[in-house]
Amino acid sequence: MIEHWLIEPFLDFAFMRRAFAGGLALSLGAAPIGVFLMLRHMSLAGDAIAHAILPGAAIGYLLAGLSLPAMTGGGLVAGLAVALIAGGVARVTQLREDVSLSAVYLISLAAGVMIISLSGSSVDLMNVLFGNVLALDDGTLLLLAGISTATLLALAVGYRALVLECVDPAFLRSVSRASPVAHFGFLVLLVLNLVAGFHALGTLMAVGMMILPAACARLWHQDLAPMLASAVGCAVAGTLAGLLLSFHAGLPSGPAIVLSLGALYLLSLLASPVGGFARRLRPRWHYTS
Amino acid sequence: MLAFDNLTLGYDRHPVVHHLHGEVGHGALLALIGPNGAGKSTLLKSIAGELPPIEGCIRRHDPAPDGFAYLPQQAALDPAFPISVADLVAMGLWRHLGLFGSLGRGGRRRLEEALAQVGLSGFERRPIGTLSGGQLQRARFARLLLQDAPLILLDEPYAAVDAQTVDDMAALVRRWHAEGRTVIAVLHDLDHVRNHYPEALLLAREAIARGPVGDVLTNANLVRARRLAEAFDEHAPVCHRHPEAA
Repeated sequence: MIEHWLIEPFLDFAFMRRAFAGGLALSLGAAPIGVFLMLRHMSLAGDAIAHAILPGAAIGYLLAGLSLPAMTGGGLVAGLAVALIAGGVARVTQLREDVSLSAVYLISLAAGVMIISLSGSSVDLMNVLFGNVLALDDGTLLLLAGISTATLLALAVGYRALVLECVDPAFLRSVSRASPVAHFGFLVLLVLNLVAGFHALGTLMAVGMMILPAACARLWHQDLAPMLASAVGCAVAGTLAGLLLSFHAGLPSGPAIVLSLGALYLLSLLASPVGGFARRLRPRWHYTS
Repeated sequence: MLAFDNLTLGYDRHPVVHHLHGEVGHGALLALIGPNGAGKSTLLKSIAGELPPIEGCIRRHDPAPDGFAYLPQQAALDPAFPISVADLVAMGLWRHLGLFGSLGRGGRRRLEEALAQVGLSGFERRPIGTLSGGQLQRARFARLLLQDAPLILLDEPYAAVDAQTVDDMAALVRRWHAEGRTVIAVLHDLDHVRNHYPEALLLAREAIARGPVGDVLTNANLVRARRLAEAFDEHAPVCHRHPEAA
């Protein structure tokens, strides 16, 4: 019975297996990026950059139709441009990163909606905004797998510099030239993973695969390494639950995945004895020192 | 060790340090004092290479010109980040470890010694967010110890820490001095400076006085410094001072 519910959809339908493979790849790359995004106090910045990908993907779509390289390339260029311009503006002008990012992404988003509505139908817009995890073709799957592989390798190489750039950037600058590399390298990884997420979940919800698992993991752990592992686990569980929910209840898959992650987040908020509400229910005795 | 040559530093073309000349000898223990806004932190920042001069330059004469350890004001560090005390302090060995190097037995021993010297033994696995302000400052001093640098720059190292912590950290500074390292510290507690520092530089955009602490910390100098530091003029005329005339 349980087997029938949990396993058979994946055995019987190739599109479910593909969707799960794509979700797994996305989880491995996006969830750790989400943890660092959260720890850098940039959760909303991730959201902004995700929106900024829209015009690039739209222009790619207009030029080449539903073509993977065109839409991916367009999204990458737009996302990187917004992230780097915003980062650069923050480094050389009076504006702080949040303001400059909001300004640039709003311009980009408006341009994207304008481009799409000038020459496309609303079905296309829906596809770009909400993605379609149940229709991943070979090329897209390879792209997702490639991006998550590159992300994990880059994180393995730059882990120490990135951690230090988050916790004490002034110290990193005083001992090494790695600070700007870590800062901008991280933005590049962020954009890459948002582009991967946009193929599966659309530009609006791509960032859900980053922030929700990260927030869950933060609620359960005090140390970074287990936090990263937990975030990946949470993202995989949410993908699985969302796909099954969407399959059995006939719901759209992208929102089902993000809502499943949201359910895990709510559960963590309530139940985690480390950072959640359950902490308040601990017995009232205390230690001597 | 260091020479300031007509050094002018500032932001938006308004000078914060104005035509500073002078030298800091090898093994000097120098207190950098002056009112708020006098340019003390700016000078340290520039020595650490974070702020290019508007005019003039800072020259370094020593065999390892890159070797310095810099303790900025505490606000630069994010205490909410989930990292343990041991991991934070171990980063003092960055020059040996780089991106990938492992601590090894020698590194772990040095880490334990450094933590013991600042009185943080037993705190290794605590997240930095659970430390008090004074304990966090001790951890940052332990990291300085591991950096093992010939030039040490301290920016208000004792702001918001208790007397015991000040005493313990001052003992470390004395030891660095005895080991022949050059230490430059921005300080506000003039009694502390009188008791622990042989030399001082009183800064109020310009160098007001420089030399043995007793000669620098006179009432006349301090009053003059305060008056100069307060005189900020948004519409100040352009400075045409010639390098040789300064």
